[in-house]
Amino acid sequence: MKLKKLVSGIALTLSASMMTTTALAEDTIKVGVLHSLSGTMAISETTLKDTMLMLIEEQNKKGGLLGKQLEAVVVDPASNWPLFAEKARELIEKEKVDAIFGSWTSVSRKSVLPVIEELDSVFFYPVQYEGEESSKNVFYTGAAPNQQAVPAVDYLMNELGVERWVLAGTDYVYPRTTNKILEAYLKAKGVADEDIMINYTPFGHSDWQSIVADVKKFGAAGKKTAVVSTINGDANVPFYKELGNQGISSEDIPVVAFSVGEEELSGIDTKPLVGHLAAWNYFMSVDAEANDEFIEAWHKYIGNEDRVTNDPMEAHYIGFNMWVEAVKKAGTTDAPAVQDAIIGVAVPNLTGGLATMAPNHHITKPVLIGEIQDDGQFEVVWKTNGTVLGDAWSDFLPGSKDLISDWRAPLACGNYNVKTAKCSGQNF
Amino acid sequence: MFTRSILAGDRGGQIMLGLLLAVTIGVTFANQFLPIDHALHVPTYTVTLLGKYLCYALLAVAVDLAWGYLGILSLGHGAFFALGGYAMGMYLMRQIGDRGVYGNPELPDFMVFLNWQELPWFWQGFDQFWLAMIMVMLIPGLLAFLFGWLAFRSRVTGVYLSIITQALTYALMLAFFRNEMGFGGNNGLTDFKDILGFSLQSDNTRIGLFIASAAALAMGYLVCRAVTQSRLGRVSVAIRDAETRVRFIGYRVEKVKLWIFTLSAVLAGIAGALYVPQVGIINPNEFSPLNSIEAVVWVAVGGRATLFGAVAGALMVNYGKSYFTAAMPEAWLFALGAIFVLVTLFLPRGVVGLFQKKSEKQQEAG
Amino acid sequence: MATVMATTLCRYPAWVLITLLALVSGMLSTAAHADSSFDQSMKLLAEKSFKKKAEAVQLLATSNHEKSLEMLQAMSRGDLYYHKKTKAIVYAEKVDGGYQIKDALTGEDLGKVGKRKVKKVAINNKLRSKLTQAMASKQLGADSAEVRLQALESMLSDISADSLPILQGRQKLEEDKDVAEVLAVAVALAQLEDKDEAVRVKALKALDGSLYPAVRIKVTKLVEKDSSKVVQKAAAKVVKTIESRVDLFGNLETLFFGISLGSVLILAAIGLAITFGVMGVINMAHGELIMIGAYTTYVVQLLMPNSIEYSLLVAVPAAFVVSGLVGIAIERGVIRHLYGRSLETLLATFGISLILQQAVRTIFSPLNRSVETPQWMSGTWEINSIFSLTLNRLYIIAFCLLVFFVLHMILKRTRLGLQVRAVSQNRQMARAMGVRSEWVDAMTFGLGSGIAGVAGVALSQLTNVGPNLGQAYIIDSFMVVVFGGVGNLWGTVVAGFSLGIANKVMEPWAGAVLAKILVLVFIILFIQKRPRGLFPQKGRAAEG
Repeated sequence: MKLKKLVSGIALTLSASMMTTTALAEDTIKVGVLHSLSGTMAISETTLKDTMLMLIEEQNKKGGLLGKQLEAVVVDPASNWPLFAEKARELIEKEKVDAIFGSWTSVSRKSVLPVIEELDSVFFYPVQYEGEESSKNVFYTGAAPNQQAVPAVDYLMNELGVERWVLAGTDYVYPRTTNKILEAYLKAKGVADEDIMINYTPFGHSDWQSIVADVKKFGAAGKKTAVVSTINGDANVPFYKELGNQGISSEDIPVVAFSVGEEELSGIDTKPLVGHLAAWNYFMSVDAEANDEFIEAWHKYIGNEDRVTNDPMEAHYIGFNMWVEAVKKAGTTDAPAVQDAIIGVAVPNLTGGLATMAPNHHITKPVLIGEIQDDGQFEVVWKTNGTVLGDAWSDFLPGSKDLISDWRAPLACGNYNVKTAKCSGQNF
Repeated sequence: MFTRSILAGDRGGQIMLGLLLAVTIGVTFANQFLPIDHALHVPTYTVTLLGKYLCYALLAVAVDLAWGYLGILSLGHGAFFALGGYAMGMYLMRQIGDRGVYGNPELPDFMVFLNWQELPWFWQGFDQFWLAMIMVMLIPGLLAFLFGWLAFRSRVTGVYLSIITQALTYALMLAFFRNEMGFGGNNGLTDFKDILGFSLQSDNTRIGLFIASAAALAMGYLVCRAVTQSRLGRVSVAIRDAETRVRFIGYRVEKVKLWIFTLSAVLAGIAGALYVPQVGIINPNEFSPLNSIEAVVWVAVGGRATLFGAVAGALMVNYGKSYFTAAMPEAWLFALGAIFVLVTLFLPRGVVGLFQKKSEKQQEAG
Repeated sequence: MATVMATTLCRYPAWVLITLLALVSGMLSTAAHADSSFDQSMKLLAEKSFKKKAEAVQLLATSNHEKSLEMLQAMSRGDLYYHKKTKAIVYAEKVDGGYQIKDALTGEDLGKVGKRKVKKVAINNKLRSKLTQAMASKQLGADSAEVRLQALESMLSDISADSLPILQGRQKLEEDKDVAEVLAVAVALAQLEDKDEAVRVKALKALDGSLYPAVRIKVTKLVEKDSSKVVQKAAAKVVKTIESRVDLFGNLETLFFGISLGSVLILAAIGLAITFGVMGVINMAHGELIMIGAYTTYVVQLLMPNSIEYSLLVAVPAAFVVSGLVGIAIERGVIRHLYGRSLETLLATFGISLILQQAVRTIFSPLNRSVETPQWMSGTWEINSIFSLTLNRLYIIAFCLLVFFVLHMILKRTRLGLQVRAVSQNRQMARAMGVRSEWVDAMTFGLGSGIAGVAGVALSQLTNVGPNLGQAYIIDSFMVVVFGGVGNLWGTVVAGFSLGIANKVMEPWAGAVLAKILVLVFIILFIQKRPRGLFPQKGRAAEG
């Protein structure tokens, strides 16, 4: 009989703790933070959680929002993609948050997406991504390919005279899309097939000897060669180390990366990497007042002068401020009202300009190209004149060049096909 | 009556199934008929969560069948679970039809996006629910059969077997990560719309899936119980304890092993198939060796070679995981690691064993 | 004479000009202080635009000013700063709250200035290659043969008929054998553009067998474009030789990559070959012991920031001790209670691996840590211009063999080794003979763990030092040990090298992922055929 007691006891606590419906007094506005704090992605996402907590704390010091204090609800989806969906549901249904800031990988966003759409909430995604998506409920504050990859290739082509291209990436959707777009773009610019080499490697690839040797051979054909790298996370360190060891310097074959920022460099000995490039919309080294203030606040919040800032942090900074402005404008935190109000909202970014939320739920960003310095920072060597608006649907992919996205009435559609005049793929 | 004879003498099983029935009815009622602001209302979020736990519990039963009753410590059961999940996911993908972002009636979005012109042969027929359901059982079963046929005949046993099952799931994980495989690469299959015409976002469907999971768990439990009570089951326990001796007596050891291992894989596949529509995504991470090992730990925690112990273990560890990842994310791995160590050191028969031992002692005393 | 020179110069590309002037300035060795182009360049350096700075580099390259080379070098190192107000070019050193600056030309100390008062003379990639070229042209007549060699090699791809006179001039002066060889190649390359067919054919003969990419590119062009059939034929022959040699070296390279991957696998697995192979303990925390070794390297480098060169020598014994102690603790605390229950050991050690990972995350943060590569380990051993072996890989191969040798000796030649083998073959008997089997267990496990730590030191030079380091290698390690045959160090070595080479041979046509999958499938099938691996061994493990 003991057993029965135990089992029923477990069942009781189980159901009791889960059934506690949150009947909270409505004196705070809740903001969900959905970033992995354990598992493989913790390395990148923990920083973003801290950024959000800092931003919320600062907003509260300024008097909160609509006369209420903000409250952060942090959960840990543990780098487990199904768990992202589950935790998102928990945040909205159980914790009743009004907006969620979260995700890093594409797959985690894809996992969360149906839940956010079903429960009609507001979700801010802060990382550069492959595009090919536009949801009523998601606001993409990271770069789309046309805000990062295409300008970087232009730079290499025009400023460095690159004629031969290695597109190297980790085998998942972001590099695949980016490389497809770049391939189409390069061919449109007259680059021949044999001058493009495409290579995919698995996550966490650690033995780069053969691939780097291939790149070296590819680059020895007498034309200026560059590597466009969409290599992700952990695979970068051994990749750059191998480049250095095989004696490929940035003058011979420059590498431009879209996933290597200040935070990633803090785990690498950067001396052999000096001169390799990265394209982002923000660098910690940017000379701007807003940036200085942000860095100072960050160091103070985190209590460590050595911590760096990076592009996705800026994206959260912009996204959060946009949401605050939209809520003020709408006078409520109700998702539909905020979704309407946020379009057209402009807030300062950290590089001394303005970021505007466009009707396609992407924002305007400047594109910066930086060279790696030996102190782990980037030196900006090129930037766009103004800002560039993110494209939800690339013009260089056959499947999506006819699609547009405009969430304003009367169209209110994320993928409207201008040829067939149809709106497809909506979940409502 | 059949059920009763299987469960005769299985106190834990009776309680477990009774509780399962009660919880299923209770939760369904509380979700469907109680008003949202009622104190006992169960939100759909909880229903789906419970449904997920039940799928895990079925996986744990499958692992226990192989480990507890046959002595095969499979570190690759996650692979069968994931394969079942993928079969279901393929059906669900086909159900999206032209509601994908590119509006292609035939091809899933990720194929349009990779410029595939037509559906690969292995996706054919998955728009039929019955075929998909057969595949859910057939593919994991077939893989287990082939693998077992090779391994058991050449008498690969013990830790060697464990290690190559781990290699199997690892190889499958790497393979499914490849975009060329045609299973959506790292992003896997997601954005499902409906199953058998019912919208996956409606509460009724969720309750339906929850009930289906409970039913599958109950059936799976009964089947395993029946098998372990049968002659086959007793031979299998004998193999677990002294394989060579059973072989010398004249039994075809590899045959027994093969059938039970295959059955176990099929059960894992069914668990995976029910898991996918409830969590809404299947991706290659489900093949990760860590997942398979976690499933083994559920069994170890609950109590090896007691089927209801496996169920209890799966529920307890997963509830702990849900709780810890929300309350103390940093502590979760410490806790999980400590559970591994402490259970193997101090509770070789699991939590259930702890109570059985006590009740035995009480009986002796009384 | 000056006018003649000027007119000739106009036809030559800039770098020839540079070289000539450098030579002239070298010959005259007059320090022309009042040099307007030099002053002009100093002004341009303080500009923000990279174009202006490129002009400055151009001017510096042609300038005879004695400081021009020094300026170029300082600029490429990133040592040059300019004062925002005075636009003076200075050297700056970071001090508390600002910079200590001194004039770059005079060396005069200009005192301390605020952080925002000076700015670095930023360079970009294009500028950097310009700098290299400019420095090379100035260094063709340098004193050091090595510098001359480098300068020449960096010029090879730009050689044309115009370069001939200078090159031939240098050829007369050159005494160093290596430099003379490259010079000969350079001269031949230049002669390929000669109008005389015979000269071209002769040049092709001289180039036969030369492996410089520049040679290959230029000669390949001749095969189709040359007006003379004879030259075309000769060129085709040269290309053929080059290509067959390229193929040969390509294969050698693949072999080297395979061996080097194999040695990494062996290093990761050899500790496991002791704990799993000899003791029969399934240690899933093996990867984390490697990780601890890698973190030990990081800590050692933190403790001795000024002597990175020696840090690895300290790190190897340190990692051995730290990982060994952790291993002994694991053995005494957990594994000892589970002998004979190998499946339970597997679970318990897996739990330990999770705890160790999270502990590292808590202590060192989840971010990867940066471990520096000492100078002596970076770079390549250049056998010829298309085939070079990376030094760090060579060191790791050597290190792997050394570790294997030492382990082998310990097991075969020491008292501990004897006891280990005795216990592993027959515990009861060994105990009866007075062997303290418990102590031997602890020592053996400590030895295996310590070796794992040492492997971590090697891996810290190749890959991320982060909490996931161990997981990346654990499955591979088990594969190597199982494939090689449990309880046999030789088996581990053979298995490691063969898997490494197989992987690398398959990689070019199958891709990295498929190659790995194929290797795994092969091992799975192989184990069915030979359940005890390549070299099966009798002993305690074999009975389990």
